[in-house]
Amino acid sequence: MSEKLDRLAACLEEKIRDQIRGIHRACDELTLEVSAGDLLRVARTLRRDPELGFDMLVDVCGVDYSAYGVTEWSTESSTAEGFSRGVEKATFGRFTFDETPPVSQRADPRFAVVYHLLSVAHNHRLRIRVFCEDDEFPAMPSLVEVWNSANWFEREAFDLFGIVFNGHPDLRRILTDYGFVGHPFRKDFPLVGHVEMRYDPEQRRVIYQPVTITPRVLVPRVIRKDHRHLDDAAEETSADA
Amino acid sequence: MPEIRNYTLNFGPQHPAAHGVLRLVLEMDGEVVQRADPHIGLLHRGTEKLAESKPYNQSIGYMDRLDYMSMMVNEHGYVKAIERLMGIEPPLRAQYIRVMFDEITRILNHLLWLGTHALDVGAMTMFLYCFREREDLIDCYEAVSGSRMHATYYRPGGVNRDLPGTMPQYQTSRWKSPADVKRLNENRSGSLLDFIEDFTNRFPTHVDEYEILLTDNRIWKQRTVGIGVVSPERALQMGLTGPMLRGSGVAWDLRKKQPYAVYDRMDFDIPVGVNGDSYDRYLVRVEEMRQSNRIIRQCVDWLKANPGPVMLDDHKVAPPPREEMKADMESLIHHFKLYTEGYCVPEGEVYSAVEHPKGEFAVYLISDGANKPYRVKVRPPGFVHLSALDEMSRGHMLADVVTLIGSLDIVFGEIDR
Repeated sequence: MSEKLDRLAACLEEKIRDQIRGIHRACDELTLEVSAGDLLRVARTLRRDPELGFDMLVDVCGVDYSAYGVTEWSTESSTAEGFSRGVEKATFGRFTFDETPPVSQRADPRFAVVYHLLSVAHNHRLRIRVFCEDDEFPAMPSLVEVWNSANWFEREAFDLFGIVFNGHPDLRRILTDYGFVGHPFRKDFPLVGHVEMRYDPEQRRVIYQPVTITPRVLVPRVIRKDHRHLDDAAEETSADA
Repeated sequence: MPEIRNYTLNFGPQHPAAHGVLRLVLEMDGEVVQRADPHIGLLHRGTEKLAESKPYNQSIGYMDRLDYMSMMVNEHGYVKAIERLMGIEPPLRAQYIRVMFDEITRILNHLLWLGTHALDVGAMTMFLYCFREREDLIDCYEAVSGSRMHATYYRPGGVNRDLPGTMPQYQTSRWKSPADVKRLNENRSGSLLDFIEDFTNRFPTHVDEYEILLTDNRIWKQRTVGIGVVSPERALQMGLTGPMLRGSGVAWDLRKKQPYAVYDRMDFDIPVGVNGDSYDRYLVRVEEMRQSNRIIRQCVDWLKANPGPVMLDDHKVAPPPREEMKADMESLIHHFKLYTEGYCVPEGEVYSAVEHPKGEFAVYLISDGANKPYRVKVRPPGFVHLSALDEMSRGHMLADVVTLIGSLDIVFGEIDR
């Protein structure tokens, strides 16, 4: 497996050297980072070049990195407070519609689109991560003309994350309700949602109202620096460098 | 002369042939479909978002409810993602059990598909035949996990518990006489493995029965041959996987090409279609059932000969046994931490794909080092297949749309997530 990845990485270096922003290897998988401006060109090369031959786009996935590394319970120092009192509200599961979760201050762009490619001809896979340059209005060129399977996946990423795909033939919401407001998979969208629907016997119709259920996430989000994985992480960073 | 216009037809969301909650807006020219616009999401439950708010193990049950016709294969994809990120490998016996249940699940899925697909096209008997065999396999689910459908049986590091030594028995009741019960319990007297072995002996004959009813049936062929033809190039371009891709003649099966668990030790063949129409996809799936039967048989033989652990002996991931927990302080702490906080998965990302009965099912997992996943993306095969319906149904008659929906083998739990 690793020789195959070596060959693929070398091939990518050769064909699209100028467009590569970064190339990482972990868990026997290759991740390529390119900029949004280069994406279409890179995609065409990846599909048409016979040595690369990525004939199938398997998956497109939006990611919101705004809460990356956020925890609710400190693990490195001990406190005099008990478990539940020590928990800070920090993730979407603990908030309801009239509160806004704290937005983390990150230097990196907030949204990314991750593509998974598969070559049936050569039996290898590749992951491409592209960050959206603008956090307020995330946009990405559409890959529908290169791989038709991108169509619904891009609609899904638009629906759930609000990422606009320029050049998409039919960019409508796909999974959420007709007339839905907001993008539910963003990290500042509460887990319980904003509105609920019920039948109102007085008005004799179905109405929307603010949610009445309370957030009920029981386990705090915790990051523990585990010594068993520290060595691996150090090795990986040195291998990248 | 009056103006002739296309009209739109609403198919579903509550239609028996829509296989769940599919709303299909069809633009018709007479009885010919010009455009099909599936409206999905009526079963959207936000599984991925829910999984981000829970420790890893608590989401295994959600995976069952994605494609609720092939429960354990979904679990396999999710559990494998966690295992790869943590760098652990389950014991060999657990991997054999997983492969065996993956294949049992494949037969379960294909039986349901065959029964309902034939029912949609007009063959009532198939439905009854298929559900007869499904019953036995669902009993295997019940014996191993206590649940007939949503098993939650696979765990990171192995499976929840070893295969049971006894099968659940039928009891005498107002509806079942002692003679009936004796006959029904005949193949249930031994262990679960004996029961499955008995099933694998019987099953090929049953598949022959299905084929006698359908394969050369004139009506069945009239309804399926030449319907929804997909060329291999278009199949790749539209992202079709699994039997949909193999029906078009591309020999692509993750169990062979990128083997996981112990599939590389199994002896089986990949059936491939020629014309890429609904009939070829039917033949591919029926042959897959026979091949799954072969794999199950190999697993049964191995499992009978090789007892051993089915879960990792690492209490950072797997809970310690109950007895140990009562006597040993360390085990009690491990148990408490696992069930109140879960385990932290090292930072990284992984894309773990399995050959699902419907196609390539994958879980893309991003971890930032916490006890909950940062992002879980499920790659549902049915979602992609349904997006190809528009192209496949153009120019066909309205009744063929029903054949096509059946031929796609879609389940809304995974499409809407």
